[in-house]
Amino acid sequence: MLLALLAILIVVMLAAAVLALEHGKLLIGVIAAGLVSLIASVIYVILAAPDVAMTEAAIGSGLSTIMFLYVISRLKGDTHG
Amino acid sequence: MVKKAFAFTLILGMGLLFYQLYRQRSTSTDLNKTARYYVENGPKETGSANVVTSVVVTYRGLDTLGEVTILFVAASIIGFFLKNQRNRKLEGAPGETSELLHTGSVFLVPLIFLLGVYVFVNGHLSPGGGFQGGAIIASGTVLLFLADPSIGAGRGVIHVLESFSGMLYVGLAVAGLFLAGGFLDNRIMPLGHFGTLLSAGAIPVIYSLIGLKVGAELSSILYALKDAKE
Repeated sequence: MLLALLAILIVVMLAAAVLALEHGKLLIGVIAAGLVSLIASVIYVILAAPDVAMTEAAIGSGLSTIMFLYVISRLKGDTHG
Repeated sequence: MVKKAFAFTLILGMGLLFYQLYRQRSTSTDLNKTARYYVENGPKETGSANVVTSVVVTYRGLDTLGEVTILFVAASIIGFFLKNQRNRKLEGAPGETSELLHTGSVFLVPLIFLLGVYVFVNGHLSPGGGFQGGAIIASGTVLLFLADPSIGAGRGVIHVLESFSGMLYVGLAVAGLFLAGGFLDNRIMPLGHFGTLLSAGAIPVIYSLIGLKVGAELSSILYALKDAKE
């Protein structure tokens, strides 16, 4: 059961990672990268590491995603990488 | 095309490397020597219910000091390169952001700050601690900036808070040299009753200082980004 859940999470994570790299739009890429971090933090909780999971959720998927979005909103026009 | 092939080969190589590691891995049923020491003696020696916190703040506290220093250097460099335009008001006039965002932020920002403070004050009891709490506080700051881009208050407070908590952190660490067993020893204060908020000696104080420092540093990075020249 747990292994199946882990497998699903890892497949979604890999898909999000590929999307983050290959999608042309920066906005989608940043959100997909945030999704990778979010799933990583869920996996950390399953692996019984809540402290690391909290760091990943707060910094990896929260703060860095918001910071990237903020910078993108400051870049006028050219948001197609 | 060549670039893509190169990247693909690199990823394949990394995958092979990790696969080798995975193959050699054997699941161990009991903890190794260091880990067993931390689990058996950590709660007794430091009084902290969260073993991870006792390792991060006390046993390997020097590494944490290094991490905080790296973050400080990063924040300083970002502040140095993004010269801010303190005098000129930003073009985005207040009220330009949506009413929904503005009203929501007034309600949410204090709660987010409170959550961040809760996380680092309870670092020795529950998962989380200074870095996590600091990051939560900084995300509250982002919401504040999004709701009102022309905000300029609090910059001085952030800098004072950062320097103050950094100096106090090092001061407490040095106090451990004289009053207890060594640098960053938490037994300079009474250990108290195990599992209560005011226990584990200096750990809650040190972790709160780390939380304030990390929150202030990340917020000052955000300030620098916000005020950077177009």
